Amino acid sequence: MEKNDKTTGTVSGIIANLVVVDVDGPVGQNEICFIAHGKERLMAEVIKVTGDQAYVQVFESTRGLRPGSKVDFEGHMLEVTLGPGMLSRNYDGLQNDLDKMEGVFLKRGDYTDPLNREQKWSFKPLLEKGAEVIAGDWLGEVEENQMPHRIMVPFKLEGVYTIKSIVGEGEYTVDEEIAVIEDKDGNSVSVNMVQKWPVKVPIKTHKEKPRPFKLLETGVRCIDTLNPITEGGTGFIPGPFGTGKTVLQHAISKQAEADIVIIAACGERANEVVEIFKEFPELDDPRTGRKLIERTTIIANTSNMPVAAREASVYTAMTLGEYYRAMGLKVLLMADSTSRWAQALREMSNRLEELPGPDAFPMDLSAIISNFYSRAGYVYLNNDKTGSITFIGTVSPAGGNLKEPVTENTRKAARCFYGLSQDRADSKRYPAIDPIDSYSKYLEYPELQKSLQKNMGEHWLDNVLKAKDILFSGKEADEQINILGDDGVPIDFHQRFWKAELIDFVVLQQDAFDKIDASTPLERQKYMLEKVLNIADTAFEFKNFEQVGDFFKRLINQLKQMNYSEFESEKFKTFEKELEEMLREFAVETKEEAQAV
Amino acid sequence: MSSQAFQKVYTKLTNITKATVSLTAKDVGYDEMAVVNGRMAQVVKIVGDQVVLQVFSGTEGIPTNAEVTFLGNPPQLKVSDELSGRFFNAYGHPIDGGPEIEGEIREIGGPSVNPVRREQPSQLIATGIAGIDLNNSLVSGQKIPFFADSDQPYNQVMANVALRAKADKIILGGMGLSNDDYLFFKQVFDNAGALDRIVSFVNTTEDPPVERLLVPDMALTAAEYFAVDKDESVLVLLTDMTLFADALSIVSNRMDQIPSKDSMPGSLYSDLARIYEKAVQFPSGGSITIVAVTTLSGGDITHAIPDNTGYITEGQLFLRRDTDIGKVIVDPFRSLSRLKQLVIGEQTREDHPQVMNAAVRLYADAANARTKLDNGFDLTDYDERTLDFAKAYSEKLLAIDVNVDTDTMLDIGWELFGKHFSKAEVGLKKEMVDKYWKE
Repeated sequence: MEKNDKTTGTVSGIIANLVVVDVDGPVGQNEICFIAHGKERLMAEVIKVTGDQAYVQVFESTRGLRPGSKVDFEGHMLEVTLGPGMLSRNYDGLQNDLDKMEGVFLKRGDYTDPLNREQKWSFKPLLEKGAEVIAGDWLGEVEENQMPHRIMVPFKLEGVYTIKSIVGEGEYTVDEEIAVIEDKDGNSVSVNMVQKWPVKVPIKTHKEKPRPFKLLETGVRCIDTLNPITEGGTGFIPGPFGTGKTVLQHAISKQAEADIVIIAACGERANEVVEIFKEFPELDDPRTGRKLIERTTIIANTSNMPVAAREASVYTAMTLGEYYRAMGLKVLLMADSTSRWAQALREMSNRLEELPGPDAFPMDLSAIISNFYSRAGYVYLNNDKTGSITFIGTVSPAGGNLKEPVTENTRKAARCFYGLSQDRADSKRYPAIDPIDSYSKYLEYPELQKSLQKNMGEHWLDNVLKAKDILFSGKEADEQINILGDDGVPIDFHQRFWKAELIDFVVLQQDAFDKIDASTPLERQKYMLEKVLNIADTAFEFKNFEQVGDFFKRLINQLKQMNYSEFESEKFKTFEKELEEMLREFAVETKEEAQAV
Repeated sequence: MSSQAFQKVYTKLTNITKATVSLTAKDVGYDEMAVVNGRMAQVVKIVGDQVVLQVFSGTEGIPTNAEVTFLGNPPQLKVSDELSGRFFNAYGHPIDGGPEIEGEIREIGGPSVNPVRREQPSQLIATGIAGIDLNNSLVSGQKIPFFADSDQPYNQVMANVALRAKADKIILGGMGLSNDDYLFFKQVFDNAGALDRIVSFVNTTEDPPVERLLVPDMALTAAEYFAVDKDESVLVLLTDMTLFADALSIVSNRMDQIPSKDSMPGSLYSDLARIYEKAVQFPSGGSITIVAVTTLSGGDITHAIPDNTGYITEGQLFLRRDTDIGKVIVDPFRSLSRLKQLVIGEQTREDHPQVMNAAVRLYADAANARTKLDNGFDLTDYDERTLDFAKAYSEKLLAIDVNVDTDTMLDIGWELFGKHFSKAEVGLKKEMVDKYWKE
């Protein structure tokens, strides 16, 4: 869309944030334009063109805007600016640096630079003069928050280039030239540390995107143990309000084993973002000892910020993720909530008077969601290094109904489903991930199975499946007990029910607000799962069903104390010893053994 | 409102619908206010030189030669300390017989707070109601609605909360209030001697429903004045937000927009969020806390209005009549305050989180026992004890007429645990049990 003479236009119609512009030249779909309003310039995006009228969605309030206002078209789509210095920043949906804005209130037409242009970065070249490069190749690196930040050949370049010159080690600002590269026709391109990229276009500088095969540790037991997500995998968390979507997302973003965490707070509560602002600079990343904020970028487009920018925010986040992935880093991308993004699409589709699909959402909602999720993934880069984007989105189903269009369409796109259940939330069983309905398709991947076997032991997978069976069988027993009454079923049913409760309370339920219980490393998860399954395997003898409940409640209480204690600490071991004693009380074998002695 | 001198008067309408009039006009801004034959109206659409005006009180009786003048500005409010103790209508004009107030003119529905400039809410708001303070503590800067059926005493509870909350200012935004409820609020505030710290914007059932759309923005503009300019803690009461949303749907319907779920406009979420997100803790110390009412029809929270509200607000408080004790209680299962984690156990006693969770869990066991009883099964000893516990818990803690401080609530909790259960059954952290358990 390169043009010499910029197209201009005048406003001729206004309906909320949809503005009709009479244009005097060519305009492109999704082209960015600025509408002059007094001293302010309001950014907008073309979403429809009819004759010489362009329909643009304005990323700001249109209050007071008048017909006749001048419009300048920019000749490019909505772009983000990529370069070192994006970590620890708080951006809005259009990548404006929120901290650079003055005043308590957001001002209309206030656009700030996402990068720091003065800061010097110590650059180290990775390639030499004469080397042949293509888009995405690493020319050199700087250190950003103690993480290697690769300076890459601009993604927009096509074909093979030769490095004509490259600067030596030294301090440079992002705008200083660090290399000159030349294509085969002798056209040279000056490269600095900054490049721009349109957010709606995926960055594809990798050579291969294999099926994900490595577990991504989140420290959340009911994910890692029962339905693991993979590095480069996709998952979604649907749940009615009040079931703990955001708490779960925050837990994952704090604990997950990732180099970079990008959080898109998309159309959600501002106070939740404030929580991240306040907490992340305080909290340590358990793996590196750095502060969490150092590996985190926040895209905050909260529910009271302009709706059109809400849609852009998830794309901005994904593009930032792809940029870091191209550097060979492990990126975790969280979007809360993708439903708000879908609603933003619906509002605009409605103003454009398009024929609506189900629940008045646009007809292409399914395609839009699938396209977006497909941008995640594990990749092999051209230099054989790897990088990944693991994407987890939350969905806020209208009325808690999982049959609504956003949930349905996301289910088609995401491979892990962590359904939050109202019942579990009501009885304060957090995280409220439903153990029966939720799934991870990755568990069926032979690639993941192989790697689990290698890292978690031969029996791990069997144990996981066994735990699932016990949960299922417990649910059946519970239903029978509810129908037939405590006395109406054999005692065995009560055992089945309580064994499931044991797994529920000890493995699935986790206190996100307890220092120790909040995050469980895989090793500990393995230990506790084996512990619990051993109990489930033990044959007990009870006189009546009341004994079963009493006994298991004591066991659960004991195991929970273990969960609250430092792993393998004295306290932990004491609780464990007491547990072993308790078990002997009703265990069948030990009694026989005792008699034999 | 009288028109000013030299203002252009238009006298030719090109189109009239139930809610809107159109005319050919120049140099008109979006959202601008206008007067059509003495009725307030607002620009909602501009297409070329055609301007569509939404007439708040409807278009009945408006002729095509009606006089239209544009006011040149969006809806606004004059703010100053003179607001205190006064009652206004949806346009910010006094309805209490007093004089117009003097003050700085502010546009209503102003910009959002930059999220990085917000402070994390951290001040506990004590109400004395254990169903709130113990299980669902409120925090300054929070936004939380009561979800209630229309026959429940939500306005009374809200008035109680407001008066006990120790806010510097209380701002009432009444939408579709019945005249009786309007007088109720006036009387309660007056009796409490609190009228001087209260500002009210009221649209009663006698006023046109579409005018309600202005009420929350009026109330919040006043709130921002006190919270930002005066660094005060402001509590905003909005009742009833369901009637506000109904007005939205009326407008969207008349504007031929495609309705989404429950005939509500597709933008309902954003429309509600714009209001509720005005709740904020400012770094300077001022704060805006919003307590709202969303009435339900037949307790249905899957309806688009409570559903969208629930996704926006930081929790919700459910009122329910407990037939065992014959009182209205704050339902511990369905109520939630999302911000309570910021204050419980920090500004309240350390055992607060544990006591709260254990009590609710045991109350849930009681509910299961009740189901068993209803299905004609025998109850175990434990079941019996949970039922006894539940009744005492309801009576002593959940009922809305309880008025004690948080420490007392926690002590009552431990008393009830000790009376009805063994330590293992309550299943709390050992350190807490050692310290607080009461036999």
